[in-house]
Amino acid sequence: MKPGEREPFTTLTATYVVLLVDDVDTDQIIPARFLKTTDKRGLGTSLFADWRERPDFPLDRPDAAGAQILVAGANFGCGSSREHAPWALVGWGLRAIVALSFADIFRQNALKNGLLPIAVDAALHRRLLEARAADPKARITVDVAGQTVGLVGGPAARFDIDPFAKECLVHGIDELGYLLARLPEIERHEKAHA
Amino acid sequence: MTPTQPAAPARSGAPGPSTLFEKVWRNHVVSQDDGAPAVLYVDLHLVHEVTSPQAFSGLRARGLRVRRADRTFATMDHSTPTLPRHLAMVDSQAQAQLKMLEQNCAEFGVRLYSLDSAEQGIVHVIGPELGLTRPGQTIVCGDSHTSTHGAFGALAFGIGTSEVEHVLATQCLLQSRPRTMQVRIDGALPRGVRAKDVVLAFIAKVGVGGATGHVIEYCGTTIEALGIEERMTVCNMSIEAGARAGMIAPDETTFRWLEGRPFAPKGEAWRAALAQWRGLRTDDGATYDTTVTLDATRLVPMITYGTNPGMGIPVTANVPAPESAPTAAEGAAITKALDYMQLAAGKPIAGQRVDVVFIGSCTNSRLDDLRDAAHVLRGRKVAAGVRALVVPGSKAVKRQAEAEGLDVVFREAGADWREAGCSMCIAMNGDQLRPGEYAVSTSNRNFEGRQGKGGRTMLASPLTAAAAAVAGRVVDPRTMMGGDGT
Repeated sequence: MKPGEREPFTTLTATYVVLLVDDVDTDQIIPARFLKTTDKRGLGTSLFADWRERPDFPLDRPDAAGAQILVAGANFGCGSSREHAPWALVGWGLRAIVALSFADIFRQNALKNGLLPIAVDAALHRRLLEARAADPKARITVDVAGQTVGLVGGPAARFDIDPFAKECLVHGIDELGYLLARLPEIERHEKAHA
Repeated sequence: MTPTQPAAPARSGAPGPSTLFEKVWRNHVVSQDDGAPAVLYVDLHLVHEVTSPQAFSGLRARGLRVRRADRTFATMDHSTPTLPRHLAMVDSQAQAQLKMLEQNCAEFGVRLYSLDSAEQGIVHVIGPELGLTRPGQTIVCGDSHTSTHGAFGALAFGIGTSEVEHVLATQCLLQSRPRTMQVRIDGALPRGVRAKDVVLAFIAKVGVGGATGHVIEYCGTTIEALGIEERMTVCNMSIEAGARAGMIAPDETTFRWLEGRPFAPKGEAWRAALAQWRGLRTDDGATYDTTVTLDATRLVPMITYGTNPGMGIPVTANVPAPESAPTAAEGAAITKALDYMQLAAGKPIAGQRVDVVFIGSCTNSRLDDLRDAAHVLRGRKVAAGVRALVVPGSKAVKRQAEAEGLDVVFREAGADWREAGCSMCIAMNGDQLRPGEYAVSTSNRNFEGRQGKGGRTMLASPLTAAAAAVAGRVVDPRTMMGGDGT
């Protein structure tokens, strides 16, 4: 693909892993010692590097293989603005994070990398946890255009997404192209405010 | 906490009474399509070595240039050594990253304050110092502590690397308009209580997600009485409550501090700027989406016991018990934090052993901070077995501190006096905690492993950190202060 193009993201149906921790900060997602890279690629192996040293970390259990969705707690991605966090999550193979809420900068960084942040209410969150506990093969299904999320075979709930971010995801557009198309207005603004 | 939530004011038509944020926002909206975020103009873009390489690579891949190199300034701070510069870099990867910043700045025509520059320092320290940071601007940087610059009445916030690329290419960002939060702090600060204690108390009150989606405006008599460096400390940690940015209306304190700085307007341009800046305050009758109040007169020096900046308590208090938390989730968070920190619930935090003291970072590495630390350390010794690092925020701060003899105070006390940089706040440069060590740090984050894998961080003011260095344990700094009431 050319720069500025990406794979359209319309639907996703996948197994998921649960990391039931609130306020997961980006220092945990990707510790600072891995930020000396000058590439976006190759960070998946360092995802949650310090937590993965602990026995039985959810992402390292055999039943996590192939999972493309992470279910976390509240305020996921707080702290540093490092985009290395979504790069590492995507590098590991994740395409969506389902949480009770997200930190602002992380949410923006994730969307720009085709990683979908989905905030759900406590009731659906609980159902997802229960289903995963009962069956590690339980799957979540997401329809980006329709803005719905739910368990496969279960009721679908609506989730919020900025309409512009949705357009970008569904059509595989990146924001820079949109901004570049506005250069005449930007120049006018500069002249008016010089 | 019970934030009041007035009804959202009408947003259309002619602007009615406006908040400081709304005025700055409105001045920078280039255009906005229906259903799309605003195209927001950026006045000042600060760049450092860690979050920029992939953005420059993106420009190159598209054949784009840096559109406004005159609004773009770079420095090296995150992975730079703080031992004398002739010593080797921490590793070849850090070396390569710095080299790449040099190459990128040369290729794209961006001014770089590199390690050998007299102006080098932490990006959020040198921006204001050079007079690049000015009231009413929009300022961004690939760094969440960009909120620091809001102390001047700028709208300043951290961005990711994709957005760094957007700004390099277009000088604009796509931004949805955030909500507004007024944080009103009134009253005289008691003895030994500093800006750091104020902001730690605020974050403890609202929590690390308490200001998510909001731009904060700090106001009230306490804020008005703060010097500009202390205001930077407060705005710096806005992100630790989840806020997009923190702002303080500019006033005579701001203008006095800025006048004469290298990039500040001069002569007629200065007078014109002043006239404009004096209008940068929230109008009577303007409303915020949320208001939080804090009584400064009741504050005492603060310290964190846990693994996020919201876990702060008075230095005189006991470590909280999970059962005391208002919700099960908060209780679980305390349990997890105390397990990592190896602290016992219900015991006083004072008396806790300290192995390392770090005085520095974009939160607390300016001259006032170093003076506070020196006030405690003068004529005293760092306790045996404690490693104390004092890291100035910039080379200019270092020169000023040395001119005042503060370096001598630190050295005679047995502390290390280092070169400027982020140092042990982010622990990318070799300055780091060893597993299990306890640190009192003047930095901004106590996340697990933030200051080195397995390290345990307690956040506090420079006064409290310096006192901990002397005692070798957490101690109320008021027991080591002079009788001048400061």
